[in-house]
Amino acid sequence: MTDATSNLPRPVPGAGPQPKSLLTVDARTRRRNAAEKRFRAYGILAIAAAMLALAFLLFTILRDGSSAFFQTYARIPMTIEASVVDPKGNRDPAEMAKTLTTSYNRILQDSLADFIKTNGIAVEGLDDDDLAGFFSGQARADMRWAVLADPSLVGQVIDVPVLTSSRVDGMFKGRVTRESAALDGKTSVAQFDLAMALADSGHLKTRFNWDFITGTDSSDTRPESAGLGVAIIGSAYMMLIVLVLALPIGVATSIYLEEFAPKNRLTDIIEVNISNLAAVPSIVFGILGLAAFINVVGLPRSAPVVGGLVLTLMTLPTIIIATRAALRAVPPSIRDAALGVGASRMQTVFHHVLPLAMPGILTGTIIGLAQALGETAPLMLIGMVAFVTTYPSAPPQGLFDPASALPVQVFNWTQRADPAFFERASGAIIVLLAFMLAMNLLAIFLRRRFERRW
Amino acid sequence: MSMMKMTASAFAMVAVSATAAAARENVQVAGSSTVLPYATIVAEAFAENMDFPAPVVESGGSSAGLKQFCEGVGQNTVDVANSSRPIREAELATCKENGVANIMEVRFGYDGIVFASDINGGDFALTPKDVFTALAKQVVVDGQVVANPATRWSEVNPALPDQEIMVFVPGTKHGTREVFEEKVMTVGCEEAGALAALTAASGGDEDKAEAACMTLRTDGRSVDIDGDYTETLARIDSNKAGIGVFGLSFYENNTDKLKVATINGVTPSTETIAKGEYPVSRPLFFYVKKDHIGTIPGLQEYADFFVSDAMAGPGGPLANYGLVPDPELAAVQAAVAEGATVTMP
Repeated sequence: MTDATSNLPRPVPGAGPQPKSLLTVDARTRRRNAAEKRFRAYGILAIAAAMLALAFLLFTILRDGSSAFFQTYARIPMTIEASVVDPKGNRDPAEMAKTLTTSYNRILQDSLADFIKTNGIAVEGLDDDDLAGFFSGQARADMRWAVLADPSLVGQVIDVPVLTSSRVDGMFKGRVTRESAALDGKTSVAQFDLAMALADSGHLKTRFNWDFITGTDSSDTRPESAGLGVAIIGSAYMMLIVLVLALPIGVATSIYLEEFAPKNRLTDIIEVNISNLAAVPSIVFGILGLAAFINVVGLPRSAPVVGGLVLTLMTLPTIIIATRAALRAVPPSIRDAALGVGASRMQTVFHHVLPLAMPGILTGTIIGLAQALGETAPLMLIGMVAFVTTYPSAPPQGLFDPASALPVQVFNWTQRADPAFFERASGAIIVLLAFMLAMNLLAIFLRRRFERRW
Repeated sequence: MSMMKMTASAFAMVAVSATAAAARENVQVAGSSTVLPYATIVAEAFAENMDFPAPVVESGGSSAGLKQFCEGVGQNTVDVANSSRPIREAELATCKENGVANIMEVRFGYDGIVFASDINGGDFALTPKDVFTALAKQVVVDGQVVANPATRWSEVNPALPDQEIMVFVPGTKHGTREVFEEKVMTVGCEEAGALAALTAASGGDEDKAEAACMTLRTDGRSVDIDGDYTETLARIDSNKAGIGVFGLSFYENNTDKLKVATINGVTPSTETIAKGEYPVSRPLFFYVKKDHIGTIPGLQEYADFFVSDAMAGPGGPLANYGLVPDPELAAVQAAVAEGATVTMP
């Protein structure tokens, strides 16, 4: 160091340009400093743009979707009229089952009319359609089930919370205003006034909507009762299958390729193909699933088992790549030491390398799972983008029952005509994001907890 | 080691249950997204009122549904295909080739197609001629075939509002598009007297002229919407001058945001369509694989229930949603009950 500096020609005082002080900034340095400042500003701008986009996304979703977690119920005494539910009058459940749900609307409508009369609620221009459309179609179905399960209810007056229609519910969420009600063919100003009058007297209450999370999907006419239950179970089953299949296969592949396989042309080709598979559009796996699992193996359509298998194929490359990176990050000295004290290759891998690589493997797996959780495209062709209203049973049989998936539910609801489904779709996105967030947090936690740095 | 066991047992589980899963208990439906809402309403009511498991209804379009339907007979194929158009000869041939020889065709009602614009916009009283003159790629001016020059509705017809022409039409993959071309563009082409001029321009080739009648302008005033009606609605929301082509049921669910245009002075409604006064409508169908009746529990009952008076009749839940009930529903019910099939080519 000292030798090098001593060999440099020293500036001779008085000859040539005067040396400048380091403290005075010349034009060149100023330009370089300016360039650096600009670059930093670009970076901050880029981050700000990304944060803004994220904030906007979260804001709109929370704004549109949070109302899906609340639902309006009416608390009005309902008289189960025997002439409607049991026209023959013999209280035989088999006979009573012949009365269809549509007839039960009579009970809801008449009970509401009675209630208005006895309580002296004055609403102008109220007609039968307003009364009939006040409650959800689901309310009549619930009532029919209750009556068939317990025929002694016939003729009684029951007082349970009754689900109101999506338009009435919308009046308490700002979706339906008095002005829009006047133009809306599915509601009216009179219905709006009635809802407000009932809310004032405490007979209409908005409460937390557990049914949104646990309930099943419902048809286009009753958005108020649509829930995510089947979709959550379907997604959970698929994730279970992906975990059980993709993790062992992926880890075994990676260990073999990284620790045992000879480095030759064949392993190079395999490596390139795995990287390529990771970039294949997910719909391609759906086509494969239809051809292989449904048409050849003969697995049923709309079943989580097929979805799980398809998503396993999709997730495998991600897990293999993450696992190989984790294995490679374990320092060679660990292997050398183990081999040095006489461990076999397999003992080295399973006793020393794998435990150290585990946090990385788990992180990769969870991120792969989170990716699979959000996939819709591959499920389209295997029949999981469907309207399913029965819960699948417990596994293993349940894996073969029809089910839907969370992103599919979002997709389905955004296509429905009734504006109330928009709120549901946004609500479903919130649930999906919550699951993703939980999985990513778990990945971070595992990494923090078990990671070792060298 | 445990990992290998896990993998092996997982594979074993899949293999064993693949054979166990042979008996499907639910009816499997696929097809048209126009029919989807009706099918879901029926499926829901069917599960509520009958002792059968709820049918599973997939969507994806009429053509995709019929393709799946014609894939073959067996537990892993669909039982019912919904369609917003009648099945084509080519599709019947595919069906026959794959052993799907007994097909029941069920027409359960009609669907209206409406033009609707923003609720605060101008009132439109359209005729097929107006729509053709506003949207065709080539129109006839003073006997000459020229590229469509119109930019405002008032140029097309002085009685229409002075509003920019901007129409959102369902894309070519939609069944609605076919009806729009057939019942509006082709009719308008004739009414405007353009068919004769276009035939002359293409050297007397009538097929070519008819195709020209249905060709929409590509200068951005007619926009193909490949998504659903919700997308069309969103487009109108951001471009208030726009007019969208919707299904009647979609419009009826959104009357607080949309204003409907009359066609030839007739306002679309289930009544005017049933009477045949409103011109733009189409029949809706579902197809049942007859060979599955008896193997799939509830399939015959589902078909019967779908066309029953309580469902598809006037005042039923389907009509309330926007379906135009079939005036010959009784005949349809009888045909479904006795299992009449389509004659194969």
